[in-house]
Amino acid sequence: MPLESLLPAAPFPNGIDHYALGGVLVGLGVVTIYLATAIAPGASTFLESTLSYGSSLSRLDRYRASRDWRVVFTLGIVSGAALYTLATGGGAWVTAVAPWRLLVGGVLIGIGTRLGKGCTSGHGVCGVGSASSTSFVGVLSFLLVAIVTAQLAMAAGVSP
Amino acid sequence: MSAADPGEVVQEHDQHPLFLPVVFLGGLVFGVGLALSEMAKPEVVLSFLQFEDFGLLFVMFGGAAVTGLAFFGASRVLGTAPLTGAYYGRRLKSLDRNVVLGGGIFGVGWGLSGICPGAAYASLGIGNYAILWGIAGMFVGAYAQAYWRSSPAVSGTDATTAD
Repeated sequence: MPLESLLPAAPFPNGIDHYALGGVLVGLGVVTIYLATAIAPGASTFLESTLSYGSSLSRLDRYRASRDWRVVFTLGIVSGAALYTLATGGGAWVTAVAPWRLLVGGVLIGIGTRLGKGCTSGHGVCGVGSASSTSFVGVLSFLLVAIVTAQLAMAAGVSP
Repeated sequence: MSAADPGEVVQEHDQHPLFLPVVFLGGLVFGVGLALSEMAKPEVVLSFLQFEDFGLLFVMFGGAAVTGLAFFGASRVLGTAPLTGAYYGRRLKSLDRNVVLGGGIFGVGWGLSGICPGAAYASLGIGNYAILWGIAGMFVGAYAQAYWRSSPAVSGTDATTAD
């Protein structure tokens, strides 16, 4: 397949303003917490830290000290998105992506982000912002594999 | 997590009264950003991975540019954080094969579903109840790897590379 056929005629069919502004706000959310506490928060540690409430696995013990504020951080994320939706009057929006894709994808994400030490916010925003070589490797790994996976799924006709 | 991560040393009993409110506020702004940028919609993320709209690059690297300014500025100009007394530092993790292996597994999940942890939480906020399938899956996956890595055989040989 020639490379040109992979590239869209218009690389930003929906503009870039809301993407860039949204990205800046994601960064400002992290910076708010960082300047007050020196903590650079990622979103995926919440999974393990929250599991420590109901499990005594030794792997989960290390997250006990941070589990309370990680729950509060996550509640903040849900609330912020809800606030935006209410303020813009958009109404509830529900994905058409099939439940099995969400479930299977979710399991792999749960394994992968914890094994790989971060996700799109931990490695992609905090780690890249820290000029961390580990995070550059992490981002490159999940970005390239995700692109190949999504392209294969599209080619295989997996939709929605 | 390394021992130097300030997030690991904050104890509940000596928390500043503003600690949790500020964490909530930060999460709130983070969530508004994810909703505004439409990263809370799996379809939009998939349209990036399928090369139909490259806007996601602005979200991730826009966010990284903002955090980068704060991380490098604060660690040079400011001493310690007001609410924790912890020293400002960067987010640095050790590089080992788990970073590549875990990143690859995450990548398959991300490419299949179009969701990632933070965006999935935000997706609940925009009313996308179907995302609960994905969030449930994430907890199952996180528990599975924790179960595996808690076994004596694995933690015994893996102790030096623990994150």
